[in-house]
Amino acid sequence: MIQFERVSKRYPNGREALTNVDFFVGRGELVFITGRSGAGKSTLLKLIALLERPSRGTVSVNGHSIGGLHARHIPAFRRQIGMVFQDHKLLADRPVFDNVALPLVVAGAPLKEIDKRVRAALDQVGLLGKERMLPVELSVGEQQRVGIARAIVGKPPIIVADEPTGNLDPDLALEVMRLFKRFSEVGVTVLVATHDLHVVREFVSREITLSGGQLTAGGADPLPSLVASR
Amino acid sequence: MTPATLVTRHTQALLGALGRLVRAPLATVLTLLVIGLALALPAALGMLVRNAQSATGGFGRAIDMSIYLRSSVPLARARQLAVEARAVHGVASVQVISAAEGLRQLRKYSGFGAALDALPSNPLPNVLRVVPEPRSSAAAALEQLQRTFARWPEVRMVQLDAQWVMRFDAMLAVLHRLVSIAAILFGAGVLAVIGNTIRLEILNRRAEIEVTKLVGGSNAFVRRPFLYTGMIYGLGGALLAWLVLEGAVLDLRAPVAHLAQLYGSAFTLNGLEGRELAALFGGGMALGWLGAWISAHRHLRGIEPRA
Repeated sequence: MIQFERVSKRYPNGREALTNVDFFVGRGELVFITGRSGAGKSTLLKLIALLERPSRGTVSVNGHSIGGLHARHIPAFRRQIGMVFQDHKLLADRPVFDNVALPLVVAGAPLKEIDKRVRAALDQVGLLGKERMLPVELSVGEQQRVGIARAIVGKPPIIVADEPTGNLDPDLALEVMRLFKRFSEVGVTVLVATHDLHVVREFVSREITLSGGQLTAGGADPLPSLVASR
Repeated sequence: MTPATLVTRHTQALLGALGRLVRAPLATVLTLLVIGLALALPAALGMLVRNAQSATGGFGRAIDMSIYLRSSVPLARARQLAVEARAVHGVASVQVISAAEGLRQLRKYSGFGAALDALPSNPLPNVLRVVPEPRSSAAAALEQLQRTFARWPEVRMVQLDAQWVMRFDAMLAVLHRLVSIAAILFGAGVLAVIGNTIRLEILNRRAEIEVTKLVGGSNAFVRRPFLYTGMIYGLGGALLAWLVLEGAVLDLRAPVAHLAQLYGSAFTLNGLEGRELAALFGGGMALGWLGAWISAHRHLRGIEPRA
């Protein structure tokens, strides 16, 4: 589903965030990307969502290299990836419903379907009934779950989450991770960048570890073909 | 995307743009006022020129032409010529002023009575006073008429009291050009005002635009509400300009009618008409759309999500 081949990323300021990273993630896998802050976790996720382009190497999503994707096709590509951010990136002046509906609205879904799917997504994250509230009226954990609802509402095959539990207490963090686990169980490929090792250890799941921009563990999947066909 | 969905999207963009404008009434009204006045100026100038043009038709009744016959032409022949002159195309009426009548008027109005009495004989010729039809009182038509009469062998001289009509026509030509220049300059002004307003709006909503692009919103999707905002500004400005002009016309109608009456004309001031209204509203909307598009094109490209 997602493949990195000798990928390096050097930022214009000269900092090399990733160096020669190789890994493969199959369909329906839940993969944690761990490492200290500054290890390159965010950069790795940004490369998948085409928020950045690699300096060297190839990133492939769904079997296609995304390096040559024209700017015109990036919006359609991003609709296949649900993104969750540590700071939620919600629209503060819009109610929960509008925030969650945004990916469907930009994709041009019919209103009826939007209504149905937004409610379904909110139901999955346990926020049904809070559609008309503004993000500021919710707790931090609830806001994070609104962000997750927005990421899954379009039923994307891939979800990437950058420190989704960074602001949450351990119980809430676990709850959010269980949510991701559930998505992976229905075939969604989920990549979660986190430095919260306690939470990661609660799950029997693959862990890719980055250190100083280099992949130090979890890169070589022993049976990629098996995982891919699961 | 189905056509029905597309219509829904556009309706949403339109309503969203309207909602935003309504939620910031003061800023919206100020912007509309600037655009409205900028549109009103060239429109007013155009209206003025058109009215002035139709007014000169009315002024025609105040224009006449004096045909001085040679001294050798007797009064009886002058009367025959008057009949012939009346048959000329573009002539409304002809009046014969005999030499004797001319002398009587001169004595009465000039104050040279005593001097005239000293003359051994009447030095004045018979004169035909020709009043052209109103539709022939344009400068070119009058000159044509003047040349026609000047060719008659009995005519010594044709005096046209229409110098001012020609000057007026030339003035109108200048004004016409001025209307075009004003339209271009103020149109550019409207473009700049709307472009800048949209630029500020885009900067204000930077976070929202970033998030929209993050979840896969295309440039067209992000741009759409701004284009509607621009068009609403243009249309609103045109509406305001129209109201301003209608008010001005209403206020000016009575004094202008009085002035025209003094010139013997039934002319009344007319507000914007069909084609002018279409130009005002169409132009306003087009300028709004264009200004917004240029601004959105320039500034939206710079906003890429940086998660």
